[in-house]
Amino acid sequence: MLLRHTPKEIKEREALVVNPAKTCQPIGAMYAALGIHGCLPHSHGSQGCCSYHRSTLTRHYKEPIMAGTSSFTEGASVFGGQANLLEAIHNIFTIYNPDVIAVHTTCLSETIGDDIHQIANKAREEGKIPKGKFVIHASTPSYVGSHVTGFANMTKGMVEYFAEKNGTKLNQLNIIPGFVEPSDMREIKRIANAMGVKIVMFPDTSGVVDTPQTGKFNMFPKGGVTINELKSTGNSFATIALGQLASGPAAKLLDSKFKIQCEIHSLPIGLTATDRFIDSLRKLGGVSVPDSISDERGRLIDAIADMHQYLYGKKVALVGDPDQLVSLTEFLVTLDMKPVHIVTGTPGQKFESRIKEIVKDKVPNVNVKASGDMFLLHQWIKNEKVDLIMGNTYCKYIARDEDIPYIRFGFPIMDRIGHSYFPTVGYMGSLRLVEKILDALMDRKDRDSKEESFELVM
Amino acid sequence: MIKILEERKEQVFNKGKDSFEISCDKKSASGSVSQRACVFCGSRVVLYPIADALHIVHGPVGCAVYTWDIRGALSSGPELHRLSFSTDLTEIDIIHGAEKKLYESLIGLIDYYKPNACFVYSTCIIGVIGDDVEAVCKKVSNEKFIPVIPVHSEGFKGTKKDGYKAACEALFKLIGTGSANDVGKFSINILGDFNIAGEIWVIKEYYKRMGIEVVSAMTGDGRVNEIKKAHGAKLNVVQCSGSMTTLAKMMKEKYGIPFIRVSYFGIDDMANALYDVAKFFGDANILENTKKLVKEEILKIMPEINFYKEKLQGKKAAIYVGGAFKAISLIKALRLLGMETVVVGTQTGNKDDYNDIKDIALEGTIIVDDTNPLELSKFIKEKDVSLLIGGVKERPIAYKLGIGFCDHNHERKEALAGFIGMLNFAKEVYGTVLSPVWEFIPRK
Repeated sequence: MLLRHTPKEIKEREALVVNPAKTCQPIGAMYAALGIHGCLPHSHGSQGCCSYHRSTLTRHYKEPIMAGTSSFTEGASVFGGQANLLEAIHNIFTIYNPDVIAVHTTCLSETIGDDIHQIANKAREEGKIPKGKFVIHASTPSYVGSHVTGFANMTKGMVEYFAEKNGTKLNQLNIIPGFVEPSDMREIKRIANAMGVKIVMFPDTSGVVDTPQTGKFNMFPKGGVTINELKSTGNSFATIALGQLASGPAAKLLDSKFKIQCEIHSLPIGLTATDRFIDSLRKLGGVSVPDSISDERGRLIDAIADMHQYLYGKKVALVGDPDQLVSLTEFLVTLDMKPVHIVTGTPGQKFESRIKEIVKDKVPNVNVKASGDMFLLHQWIKNEKVDLIMGNTYCKYIARDEDIPYIRFGFPIMDRIGHSYFPTVGYMGSLRLVEKILDALMDRKDRDSKEESFELVM
Repeated sequence: MIKILEERKEQVFNKGKDSFEISCDKKSASGSVSQRACVFCGSRVVLYPIADALHIVHGPVGCAVYTWDIRGALSSGPELHRLSFSTDLTEIDIIHGAEKKLYESLIGLIDYYKPNACFVYSTCIIGVIGDDVEAVCKKVSNEKFIPVIPVHSEGFKGTKKDGYKAACEALFKLIGTGSANDVGKFSINILGDFNIAGEIWVIKEYYKRMGIEVVSAMTGDGRVNEIKKAHGAKLNVVQCSGSMTTLAKMMKEKYGIPFIRVSYFGIDDMANALYDVAKFFGDANILENTKKLVKEEILKIMPEINFYKEKLQGKKAAIYVGGAFKAISLIKALRLLGMETVVVGTQTGNKDDYNDIKDIALEGTIIVDDTNPLELSKFIKEKDVSLLIGGVKERPIAYKLGIGFCDHNHERKEALAGFIGMLNFAKEVYGTVLSPVWEFIPRK
């Protein structure tokens, strides 16, 4: 009986999501806001929203996740949440004293029509925001887009509120890393440093949601992009946005507002996507690629060459967020694997055509869906078996039910660690993915081989 | 030294120093990093373990995702409760309403899954856009001949406690709709156990050995048809008083079923629970069986418990849990292990609960309502605590401070109820408090 609830026959569903492959905007906004140093994210809505987001992020990162809530009541839902937010701003600066409060809205506060900008102005007029402190906001209605949209909106909010131009171009490049792990953000900084390009990266959750044990509980850990850095983004010479959906809007705003040239790339997951990122860094930064990075690339290709016989033709089912899936699909094609079923819960027309463009004749009949769910993915797998599933923790039901090797990749991962510490971006991150893929496939081969064909050397 | 919000001053009590009544049942101050949740959360956790019912969340997708299979409420049969169903409202639904969407979702799901009942949870937005969920449920119920029950759980309409109440009201609609003809005279309902890590199986086994019939369990390993005939039971045994006392009172009023409050946690409370039930029926056989059971079970675990007690003697603990009844049991259970509780807090305790806690707590104990991470970590440091008992959001705080942690909420992995649960608890506390990892942490 274990979770055998999915029928093979696929019926068109319009009204209903079964086992979602996305979640709502506010959690993405909360995660992005954590990437500002000294920032307390604030959920303008009912208490439960904030509690759920903090719990989910805690399960994913195994870290304390701090955020405030306006604690809406019946009264707020009728008369608006202004009084709640004003009180919250006062209380937060009095007790927790962050540098920034990053307010995001919820379905409730959006629908009743609270104007956060106006409320924040009122708070400033009333002296509730101490000098040198900030309240920023992003509009994140839960019924539009997904958690990725929420991340993008809050990141864009950072530009809206902080970025300034003072006429002197700085020799620095903006990098918007996308909705990725702290390990990935750390790796992007390492790569830029190795290339000799000075960058400012935002948001930056490394050092915030992967803090070392010190015997102390710090409400505001030492990581995160600082307000001064954010302000300076208006004087950078260019922006690299990684991930169309999560990082595109902020980069475009920097372009339209301050005429900062921007290049929007897919997340640097996999060989070719990393190549494009490195190349972009090289050209924009006017540097040459150091041997250390070229060697990393060489080692990645060497590993693929060594093991390509085990990768060839293996079918994969993927579920996750669009920016990740676009890059991952491209990488799997590079590895001569076949991504045959690809689902994201996040809505958006372009996703399906983009994936089809990537797999082209490699997988002419690829199943791909935006606004899909895990239930659909499971049905597709029942109709065409795969050798591997890659996706977040919720894939474990499908993997168990169908007895298919499975790699945890994406958000959230609530039953394993590693994503906080080991990146999947860059050449080294890609090498880690290759290792994971091979481990999963070869462990299965070992498990299923008959004794006579159970091999020592592979 | 951290500041305590002016509004919260009467929610923090130092026994032996302060003399005011602890202020509780208060909404959290806006801006507080409260560990509390909402009405929807309260309803969802109470009803979730009913495994053969369909639980659909009417609203944008988030509320369904955040409550998808996060509670280890085990089922011995169907596992429909472990799936996530959402009407996934989009902008257009907010403008035009989503009754049709809900209707179609329900019809489709019932046709496919053939559940024994449906629970339809309203989220915040439903309270604002004004969908007539009640009417949709009625219509579907008439067409499909199963109970389709609206749960009025709009997040902003109160606290988690109001969510418990909404869940009780939903359950009350089911109760009495089945035939109770086959229910015997020594029969009970178990209220307020959710079968986390299989705890209700332990408890049911005890009752069976005593000669007591369990008519329904609400809601651990719950089944619709059992709940429908719950009105036939002669006694309601209520654990986790915060969530289920409302239902017990409603059942007393309508069906004349008396109730008792118990705790299955710790040796004393567990034994008392069984004796209280036995005494209620006043049957010599049952009483004899109960004595035998308690004696056997205690003898089985005591040698090991004593081993752990020796190691844990003198260590201090902090408790921050949802309900106060649980907190009191935990204080006693920790005492059995030689540990004193020096900080105790709850999310939803009421005045009586806090008075009970005051009575049992040692001088100098800090008692706190609806705390936040900053306060909690301050108290833990001040009081030199080596163990925190709490839920998902408290765990990493304990670990950052370099002390042990035990989940007494949804994420417990071993049964902590029953006599065997006490042993599991002792092992868990021992394992975490004396873990060698804490030796590597820079202290103070």
